[in-house]
Amino acid sequence: MAPDSFNSFPLRNARVHEVFGPSAFGFAAIVAAQMAGDFMWVREAWRGDILHPVGLATICGPEKLLAAQTANQTDSLAVAEEALKDGALSLVVIEITRPLDLREGRRLQLAAKAGNTVGLCLIPEGMGSNAAETRWRATPVFDAEREGSTLMRWEIIKNKSGTVGAWDVRWDRENRRLHVVSPPVQRAGSQDMAG
Amino acid sequence: MWFPRLSSERALRIWPVDAPFALTLRQNNTEQVYCLNAQAEKLGLHRGMSVADARAFCPDLVTRPARPDLDARFLSALRRWATRYCPWVGRDGTDGLVLDVTGSTHLWGSEANMLEDMRRRAGRAGLTVRLGLANTRGAAWALAHYGNGATLAQEPQKALAHLPVAALRLDETMSTALQRLGLRTIGDLCATARAPLARRFGPKLMLRLDQALGHSPETVNPEADPPHYGVRLTFPDPIGLMADVMAATSRLLGPLCDKLKTHEAGARALTLTLRRVDQGSQQVELRLAAAMRDPRRILPLFERGLSEVDAGFGIDQMRLVAAVVEPLPVQQIGAASARSSGPDRLNDLITRIGTRIGLENVQRFLPADSHIPERSFIIAPAAYSTAENGWSVGRPRPLRLFPPEPIAGTGPRPPERFRWRRMALATARTTGPERIAPEWWLDDEGWRTGMRDYWHVETRQGRRLWLYYTPQNPGWFVQGEFA
Repeated sequence: MAPDSFNSFPLRNARVHEVFGPSAFGFAAIVAAQMAGDFMWVREAWRGDILHPVGLATICGPEKLLAAQTANQTDSLAVAEEALKDGALSLVVIEITRPLDLREGRRLQLAAKAGNTVGLCLIPEGMGSNAAETRWRATPVFDAEREGSTLMRWEIIKNKSGTVGAWDVRWDRENRRLHVVSPPVQRAGSQDMAG
Repeated sequence: MWFPRLSSERALRIWPVDAPFALTLRQNNTEQVYCLNAQAEKLGLHRGMSVADARAFCPDLVTRPARPDLDARFLSALRRWATRYCPWVGRDGTDGLVLDVTGSTHLWGSEANMLEDMRRRAGRAGLTVRLGLANTRGAAWALAHYGNGATLAQEPQKALAHLPVAALRLDETMSTALQRLGLRTIGDLCATARAPLARRFGPKLMLRLDQALGHSPETVNPEADPPHYGVRLTFPDPIGLMADVMAATSRLLGPLCDKLKTHEAGARALTLTLRRVDQGSQQVELRLAAAMRDPRRILPLFERGLSEVDAGFGIDQMRLVAAVVEPLPVQQIGAASARSSGPDRLNDLITRIGTRIGLENVQRFLPADSHIPERSFIIAPAAYSTAENGWSVGRPRPLRLFPPEPIAGTGPRPPERFRWRRMALATARTTGPERIAPEWWLDDEGWRTGMRDYWHVETRQGRRLWLYYTPQNPGWFVQGEFA
């Protein structure tokens, strides 16, 4: 697949998308960096993994971030729905810990539509919801050529309005842009490394 | 009205002590006696002496730290109480009140009766009070502070003649200088020629003398009561429908917001109390992310709280109080208000989310000046902070941070192969070490193991991890993951 067909990104507006894999945080940060307005990160307070704002600063400004700490997933979803519906934010990231049922997924989707906001669920692997517009797997790839690289493989494994595919991307820290490196078919060596 | 032992008596009202008692305040780097009770004064202690001296005089002295802020609040409560005698009440220094009772003494029969009533009520509250009543404020002050028992004075000149010059509200140096000149009483001072005195002591002495004798006017400045932001509504018939309650809330919000507007204030927290027919009451609290006074914006924010109210047999009274109020100046309509519609919307959103999960759980990250990764940022409630720019990115930092997870490894170089979270990983490239020493001035449980050498490890499997080695207690840990 040619790099110019990387048309599922930036994510489609007014929809809820899903991402999983080890680089899901990086994916979410890059999505936020490409949006103009503020964004909200909804997480359950008990989780040990936290977003490190200093690390985030290389991708997007932490001053755009509002973090909401909730007690459980029900609260998370309620907060996310409220934030999506309001439209004051451009992106709402939700950390999901148990699978969404159809009703919850659909409600988020409707809220995103009402507020014209992008929703992004960080899901554990295999816990996708049927209502999601796209589902991505983001995995880091070892870059033999550059030191301190941010080479990642982004695979789109579900797409309601387009085709699936896989791309190797790298975040350019200096210019704050995303580079699509080369089609993975030409990099057969890296494919089994990523597995 | 002078309360010579206001501070100590306030403290003793809360926690009575039947012994010599003193309040201490740290001044000029020493603990000094701030206020005493009568027993301690009888033993010869006085204000301003050091606590060590006071203890030498009186070993069983009970001391407690002074709280001047609480004393000021107590005095303002007394000021409100004193409006029972006349509407014109002002504060006088930190321990006195000044009342303009012109025209209100007849309500107690006579001036003496009124003073008696004041003394009786203050005594019942456990306060020592010294009163002075005279035609001028200066003379009343002199009588209260220096008139030994004499409280009433019709003729200021006569009543004040035998009082010492300090009774004219003069400072220490001036009254000492006057005494050195042989002018011990106010009567002496009146008999002296004015011009040389004014030349020597400045206009202040003559001003004070004139004020005490009534030759020059002095006003009492009454304090206005702080505005009360509360409204209530009583219904002829109990209501119970959500729409009715919302309509009533909007009726209450109107006058409250008008009042806030006239005082250029905005509510930060609102409490709506709903009294039911069976005398039970329920409260709905609303904490706002920003001070506001627009009823149309506040009303929808109440919706969630009101939907949880159990109306029972009906609600027959509602009370709305702005519990926390902040100044909010009136803004000109125009470019500024158009620009600020974004933050307003965001603040509304923060309020709505805050009513569900608590306003302190909607947070913002602020940069902090520390090399310790866990302390390089501050988490602050978004409602009480503004976004700060100024994140400095020196060395690369991971995007995801977790509590350190130990891995097997020896030696100061990162291990070639290791297992982390049940994954076998092989090191492909390492960058480091970056040594971070613990901040010795803060005791942190996690940093007891000493300094850390951080490595950026890129694995052949793709994962880019942040490892550290603790040379003082050898061991390897994973603390973060890069994007």
